[in-house]
Amino acid sequence: MSWHCCRPWREADVRAWITPEPIDPVDVLDAVGSDADGAAVLFLGTVRNENDGRTVSGLRYEAYLEMAENVLAEIAAEAESRWSTDRIAAVHRVGELAIGDVSVAVAVSTAHRAEAFDAARYVIEQLKVRLPVWKHEHYVTGETAWVGSEIPASSMDV
Amino acid sequence: MSMQIRLMLFALYRDLAGVEEMTLDLPVGATARDAVSVLRGRSSGLGRLPAAPVVARNRVYAGLDDRLEEGDELALLPPVAGG
Repeated sequence: MSWHCCRPWREADVRAWITPEPIDPVDVLDAVGSDADGAAVLFLGTVRNENDGRTVSGLRYEAYLEMAENVLAEIAAEAESRWSTDRIAAVHRVGELAIGDVSVAVAVSTAHRAEAFDAARYVIEQLKVRLPVWKHEHYVTGETAWVGSEIPASSMDV
Repeated sequence: MSMQIRLMLFALYRDLAGVEEMTLDLPVGATARDAVSVLRGRSSGLGRLPAAPVVARNRVYAGLDDRLEEGDELALLPPVAGG
């Protein structure tokens, strides 16, 4: 998706999307980069086999889709503005994921490397705070839980 | 005078409610906080919603004291956990 049409920073090319399909890091990197860029940074978040002392067997990500793509684009646009990056791509996966799967990818290209690292870091940190996406973990014990939610899933049938 | 809004529930809150969306009748001038209060008063699992959840109005983060309008989409958002 291109934002050229309706954003004031016409030189920027922010691409943000949510997908149920496996994320191919090459696709995300391909979404950035230009002849004026001397650096590209790619961040990948992957599904870990452990969380908070529990062994994770898999998980499901769920999103408020219509809002999440807007928030992701907004975060990327903020980074673009702050670091004068040429291009940013950010993608988050939803649905069932296995250990080792890529859950999130952020790619940034800039003229120089420092801005690319900083902008990528900003996007992933902000996304963790603001993106309306939820993680339902499955554990090897057969239990499940919504990560970070205050009411334990195990007490929900009471 | 009453108005109708579309309520969206996600993740844990959806599990508590047993549905992912519903239509809610509220008095004209009601706020997001009023909507949450109505839901918490119900006998279903919604009674276990927090008193001050994060909310979005028409797909943008909003305050609990924001006034709602007829046809609004109000979403209750559990703590996010993307990344």
